[in-house]
Amino acid sequence: MADQESDETGALLNESAGRLFGSFDEKDIRAVEQGQWPDTAWAKVEEAGFPLALVSEAGGGFGIASAEAIALLRIAGYHAAPVPLAETMFANRLLSEAGFDVAEGPATVVVAESGAFALAKHGSDWRISGRAAGVPWARHAETIVLLVEHEGKSFVVRLKRGVASIAPAMSFANLPADDVAVDAEVAADDVRPAPASWTPQTLKAAFAALRVSEMAGALARVMEITVGYANERVQFGKPIGKQQAIQQQLAVLAGQAAACGGAADVASAAFDRLDVIAIAAAKVRAGEAASIAAPIAHQVHGAIGFTEEHRLHFFTRRLWGWRDECGSERYWSKVVGQAAIAAGAEGLWPFVVSVGAVQGA
Amino acid sequence: MSFFTFPNPPVSPEAEQLRGDVRAFLAEELKTMPPHRRAASWSGFDADFSRKMGQRGWIGMTWPKQYGGHERTSLERYVVLEEMLAAGAPVAAHWIADRQSGPLLLRFGTEEQRRSVLPRIAAGELFCCIGMSEPDSGSDLAAVRTRAEPVEGGFRVNGTKLWTTFGHRAHYMLLFCRTSGGPSDRHGGTSQLLVDLKTPGITIRPIVDLTGAKHFNEVVFEDVFVPSSALIGEMGNGWHQVTSELAYERSGPERFLSSFVLLAELVRVLREHPSEQATIAVGRLVSHFVVLRQLSRGVAWLLQNGRNPAQEAAVVKDLGALVEQEIPDIVRSLVEIEPGSERTAELARTLHYTVLAAPSFSLRGGTREILRGIIARGLGLR
Ligand SMILES: Cc1cc2nc3c(=O)[nH]c(=O)nc-3n(C[C@H](O)[C@H](O)[C@H](O)COP(=O)(O)OP(=O)(O)OC[C@H]3O[C@@H](n4cnc5c(N)ncnc54)[C@H](O)[C@@H]3O)c2cc1C
Repeated sequence: MADQESDETGALLNESAGRLFGSFDEKDIRAVEQGQWPDTAWAKVEEAGFPLALVSEAGGGFGIASAEAIALLRIAGYHAAPVPLAETMFANRLLSEAGFDVAEGPATVVVAESGAFALAKHGSDWRISGRAAGVPWARHAETIVLLVEHEGKSFVVRLKRGVASIAPAMSFANLPADDVAVDAEVAADDVRPAPASWTPQTLKAAFAALRVSEMAGALARVMEITVGYANERVQFGKPIGKQQAIQQQLAVLAGQAAACGGAADVASAAFDRLDVIAIAAAKVRAGEAASIAAPIAHQVHGAIGFTEEHRLHFFTRRLWGWRDECGSERYWSKVVGQAAIAAGAEGLWPFVVSVGAVQGA
Repeated sequence: MSFFTFPNPPVSPEAEQLRGDVRAFLAEELKTMPPHRRAASWSGFDADFSRKMGQRGWIGMTWPKQYGGHERTSLERYVVLEEMLAAGAPVAAHWIADRQSGPLLLRFGTEEQRRSVLPRIAAGELFCCIGMSEPDSGSDLAAVRTRAEPVEGGFRVNGTKLWTTFGHRAHYMLLFCRTSGGPSDRHGGTSQLLVDLKTPGITIRPIVDLTGAKHFNEVVFEDVFVPSSALIGEMGNGWHQVTSELAYERSGPERFLSSFVLLAELVRVLREHPSEQATIAVGRLVSHFVVLRQLSRGVAWLLQNGRNPAQEAAVVKDLGALVEQEIPDIVRSLVEIEPGSERTAELARTLHYTVLAAPSFSLRGGTREILRGIIARGLGLR
């Protein structure tokens, strides 16, 4: 019964997310890619409460399961929603787990190598220094959240706008992915011990789980656009989708979209437990799905799909960007592979089954 | 937003508990079976093994108790299947009956057929084979020519079935045939019969496959009398029925585990000093298996809820066959197999078998091209 209720809440939430993200048009996406801040779009997202979706009810969230919150990102990915939703949701999750209030306005999280940032005591306050590249949406963030190790412990650090210096850069998808450098004092109140489960590795994995969900949405859209196009485009007197060669390619595309969706289910179920291996496997599979599917979509579209004017690239460029962000296939395969090989020949199957399984079940 | 549905099945504590029992059983039963023999997995026929599985209640698990079943969930059944396949257990004897013949009879069979056949299948004592393919009817199943002419009290059957896996060891065939019209009638006029393979007039000749094994057969019917009680479901409804049978056939987890034993052997050889390249390759394959399991459990859940997951099952089988088939070459790229090397001897034998078996992975149960055609239909392209 409880399950059914939460299913219904989830469905309602997804519906309103679909309406909201669907209301942003290509003009909005292009404006962001040209460096503008999506004022109205973001205001609507905030009004819907989505930035708090990963926060517990006590912390101001809706009290939905994390997997349901992450499903919102699938819908955002499906619409290439030009807003820092994954980033802000994630920042708020970290902030609230560390006992901070949630952020006002857009926020982002720095995923960096261990040791990229350092903390030092400075009287009763702190000094933080370090730099990271490719921080999504940093230039627009009111709050930048970092996880910094200090004397063997992890701390969540909150930087208000203006504390770090930001050099704008763009991601593969032409979204803000800025260089962030900081060497500044921060108040004692902006540095709090992180819950023990947060390490540079779990942080990267958790963000990767969100990206996988966005990828699943984008890939579902790529498939829909491409199938639609194959049904419309006429050559040799019939829609190209009637050609078996095209049908077979689209079937491959559909398989990859399904695999990416499955990966997103694995990753979002693993989010709360910070099950690194499960998320790693999901990110590997999602990245491979993107790598196989996007070229098929472009092939089926012909030259029109190679233009700026056609919307296909909003999705394929995001897929190409996201497959590298928060750890590529190569990076996470190594993590999965080490654990799998350590499990040994007899242990390999139990290992596969254990990935993503709820402990103690 | 999505053409296909892959639900996220709930966690099943009962199923996970069962897993331990199955693993203990397999550890004992397969103790002396070397990997290169376990690599044959669901092509390994062992009637004693099947009987033991029946005794443990692991055949016909989801069927009603009144027909010898155990009324367990499809997720529990899934656990037994995947554990068997990953270990390379010789499940072939009961596999087809458990997977498709039984469910088909449950759904369309007469009460008498269910009562006489299903309990024996569940006991691991009665084995079935699939009578679909023919010399002129492979992918194009509707081109079926084997004819069952209605006669007094039953049918007279003439024709040839081909590639009938373990036809020579099975008790019954689920025969797909034409009861009226001709091949040009396509889907119309086809029916299914439950044929006792001891019936006079049936000749079964093994066909040796390229691995040297004898598992599939040519089955010739010459004026074979089959009683009317053998009709499964309705006369003329064969196409609809055989399509559901194929959905059962294609939706199982065996659709991606055929090379798993080889992957485990690879890990055995790599264990001491895995290169970075090998670590990445193994990690990638394991990631594929994790996601295939997720999708395949989703298909099991659709079946549990009485849905027809034909599209989803085709997706899983297509994805699964690709992974199964690339494993041998990945192994070759990572390990130098030297003749006479003790260290790689068992890996080499397992690889040898899997290389030879691999072409069949994207043929049996519907070819890659046919599956992709089914998927394309689901996409609204045909
Ligand atoms: C190991 C094994 C066990 C088997 N066991 C059984 C069994 O127990 N019972 C049973 O009934 N059958 C069995 N089969 C047969 C199997 O179902 C058939 O091999 C399969 O359906 C393909 O038929 P075919 O071999 O005649 O190939 P064909 O249908 O002749 O196909 C040859 C090639 O042409 C392609 N092709 C055919 N039609 C099209 C099309 N419309 N568009 C594009 N490409 C097309 C195919 O994809 C394939 O690549 C078994 C096969 C194998 C390999």
